[in-house]
Amino acid sequence: MTFGFVPLAVLMALVTYPSRAVALVAPGLERLPGWALAYLRLVGPAVLAALAAVNVLVVTNAGGRLSLHVGLEPVAVVVGVAIVAWRRNLFLGILAAVVVTATARAIGFAPLP
Amino acid sequence: MVDAVGVTLSAGAFAVVYGLAARTAGFSLVDAMAMSTLVLAGASQFAAVGLIAAGAAWPAIVLLTFLLNARHLLYSAALAPWFRGRPLIERAAAAHVLTDETFALALIHFRRLGRFEGPGYWLAASFVVVPWITATALGYMGGQVIPDPARLGLDIVFPAAMGGLAVGLVTGRREAVAALAGLLIGVAVALAAQPSVGVVAGGLLGPLVGLLPPDRERLTQVRAYPL
Repeated sequence: MTFGFVPLAVLMALVTYPSRAVALVAPGLERLPGWALAYLRLVGPAVLAALAAVNVLVVTNAGGRLSLHVGLEPVAVVVGVAIVAWRRNLFLGILAAVVVTATARAIGFAPLP
Repeated sequence: MVDAVGVTLSAGAFAVVYGLAARTAGFSLVDAMAMSTLVLAGASQFAAVGLIAAGAAWPAIVLLTFLLNARHLLYSAALAPWFRGRPLIERAAAAHVLTDETFALALIHFRRLGRFEGPGYWLAASFVVVPWITATALGYMGGQVIPDPARLGLDIVFPAAMGGLAVGLVTGRREAVAALAGLLIGVAVALAAQPSVGVVAGGLLGPLVGLLPPDRERLTQVRAYPL
């Protein structure tokens, strides 16, 4: 067994940890003015929505170019999110998105990525 | 708790695929596990495996990792007010397990309670960290017997989980506007630059747009799900 990529993992951890830790451990950052707290309160929904959308709407094509993807995957995520909003149940929403995706691919309605 | 099941499923499914991809790229089990334990960030781990397989140099992988994981700064800043007064060692340790999913679950939990709760944070982190590390090993050792994850629709688990968690954080008009703006800005910038840049731009600029409407129609204070 080799450990050739363990040093790479350490280097990756070293550049990842500061972004996770800097605001949590820096003194004074936890006592922010009201406008900053109002801003930070909105970071969660904004960044998670961006993460979900970029994940399904932006694809890299064969030539390495980024393009907008309109197809099954965004629809499946919208179905899942709608169910979460309706039933307040994340697991049910994820399950619905998976079933929609797997079914559509199984019957040939949508290609595999 | 139901949310946590979804997050665990998401983390586990991705880690199985990561473990298999790492093996295919020539990682040893120790290499794959070290990356899952030390880096604990799916997108950058997948990118690293892909770049290793493509023969990329380590400095390029490290730089890409930094850019991909820069969004954690937003999570850290958003959680910092909740950690007010907690011991430095606890905050430093909590930072290591601050993933997309930990952030979302913890924030929903803190908002529901209206205060910080240490066990809740660590429980939220365990719903991600434990399946991520164990499923990495499972994927490495047995991933080849699992059918194509895309055929099972498992590639949709992560975006569906992130979208669903975003909905859980929408408790008023401002949050809804911030989420929509983050989505649109994120996609636009991702198309113009890079996906990781788009996520950071959406997370940075979406809240600014969200601050524009008056904060007077808060739906409920406790609409989020129990952890």
